[in-house]
Amino acid sequence: MDITAYIASGILELYVAGALSDQENREVYRLMQQHPEIQKEVEQIEAAIKKLTAAAAPNTTADLFEPIKTRVQNQSANRESIPKVISIVKPKYNWITYTGWAAAFIIGAGLLWTLNQTNNLKSNLTTAEIENAYLEEQIANAKTDLAASKNLLNILRDKDIISVPLGGQGEFANTYAKVYWNKKDNSIYLDAQGLPEAPAGKVYQVWSLKLNPLTPTSLGTIDNFNSDDNKIFAIANANESEAFGITLEPEGGSETPTMDQLYTLGVVVAAAP
Amino acid sequence: MQQLELLITKFQQKDVKAFEELYNMYSKSMHGVIYNIVRDHDIAEELMQDVFIKAWNNAASYSAEKGRFFTWILNIARNAAIDKTRSKAFKNSKKNLGAEYFVDILAHGDSLDDQTDAIGIKKFVSQLAKKCIEVIELLYFKGYTQKEASETLDMPIGTIKTRNRNCINELRTIVLQ
Repeated sequence: MDITAYIASGILELYVAGALSDQENREVYRLMQQHPEIQKEVEQIEAAIKKLTAAAAPNTTADLFEPIKTRVQNQSANRESIPKVISIVKPKYNWITYTGWAAAFIIGAGLLWTLNQTNNLKSNLTTAEIENAYLEEQIANAKTDLAASKNLLNILRDKDIISVPLGGQGEFANTYAKVYWNKKDNSIYLDAQGLPEAPAGKVYQVWSLKLNPLTPTSLGTIDNFNSDDNKIFAIANANESEAFGITLEPEGGSETPTMDQLYTLGVVVAAAP
Repeated sequence: MQQLELLITKFQQKDVKAFEELYNMYSKSMHGVIYNIVRDHDIAEELMQDVFIKAWNNAASYSAEKGRFFTWILNIARNAAIDKTRSKAFKNSKKNLGAEYFVDILAHGDSLDDQTDAIGIKKFVSQLAKKCIEVIELLYFKGYTQKEASETLDMPIGTIKTRNRNCINELRTIVLQ
C-alpha cells in the first residue's frame, strides 16, 4: 500500500483525536505495527496535540498528584484492610453427623430385625398353641375312648352278661359277630367287628329269634354301621331270645329277614340261672 | 516507545510509580482540555484528579488495539468535563459557554508557563486560521467524531480530514522543533 498517501489522508490525526470507529482504530493499530513510518507519524501528531492541549491548562503551583495518590492508596488500603470473613458456620457434615446417621441406621436395622424375630416367635408360638390344643384334644379323645373302653370292659365283665357268638352262614362263612346280652337291663351289645361294610343302599338288621316255632323279631337296623369305629352297638332287647341273627336288608329294614342274606347266626346257650 | 508500553503495563498492574509518570506526561493536557470545557479553575482541578483516579480504577479496560493511551485518557477527560457542564448545579452557576475556543485561553496567555513552548504556541495561535481553530477545537478539545465535525462545520468528511491534517502539520512545525 501507499504509506505516504495513507499518512497524507489525515486519518492518523483523527486516530489521535479519537474520532474514528472501533474498526478503523484496529486497522490503524495493525498498520502501525507493520509500518514504523506510520507509528512515528502517530507519535508526532500525539506529541503536538499533547503540547497544544497542555498549553490550555491553567497555571498551577499546587501538586495535584499527591491527593490522587492518597486517594488511590486509600482505596487499595481499604480493599486490603477489609477483614477476611471467616465463616462461623461449621462444615455442614462433620464426623459427628456421619456417626450419628450410622448409629441411627444400625439402631433402626436392629429394631427391624428384633421386630421380625418377635413376629417369627409369635407365629411359632401360635403354631405351638394350635399343636398344643390339638394334642390336648387328642388326649381328651383318648381319655374319652379309654373311659368308653373301660365302660365296655366293665359291661362285658358283668356277671350277668351272656355271651352269644354268631357264626358265619352259607356263603358268609368267614363272617362273625358276638352278642353280649344283659338280661337284667334288657339290652344287648352287638360286637359286629367280623362283618364287612354294608353295601350302599343296604343295612344290617338284627333279629331276635324264637326257635320253636322259628319266629324272628326285629331288634332294628344298624344304620351307622359303616361309620362306627368299634362296631359295638348297644341295642334294647326285652325278648326271651333263643337265638340272634343278622341279615343284610334294604335300607329301612324288612318285616321278615331275607334268609339268603343271613350273614351270621348264633343260638343262646342257656346260662346258668 | 516501548518504554511507554511498559509504563502502561505497570500502571495496569497498579504500580503507583508508573501511574505518577503517566500523570506527569498527560495531566497538563487533560487539565487544559477540561479547563477549556468547564472554564473554572477549581472545577477543572477537581475533574482532572477525578479523571486520573477513574483511569486508575479502569486501567484494565485499556487496550493498545483500541487506540492510543493518550486518546483513551483524553476521552475520559472530555466525557467527565462534558458531563459536568450538563449537571444542573453547573448550568446554574455558568452562562454562555460554548462560544469560546481554546485559542482564547492561549491568547490571554496566563496559562503559558512552559517557557519552551510559550512563544511557539502564541505564535501558532496568532497565525492559525479560523478554519483550523474550529476543526481542532471540535476534534481534540470537544471529542467530536469526524461525522459530527462534518455536520457541525457543514463540510464533507474528506475536507475535514485534509484540513485537519494541514492544521496539525502547521502545529507540528511550530511546537516540535
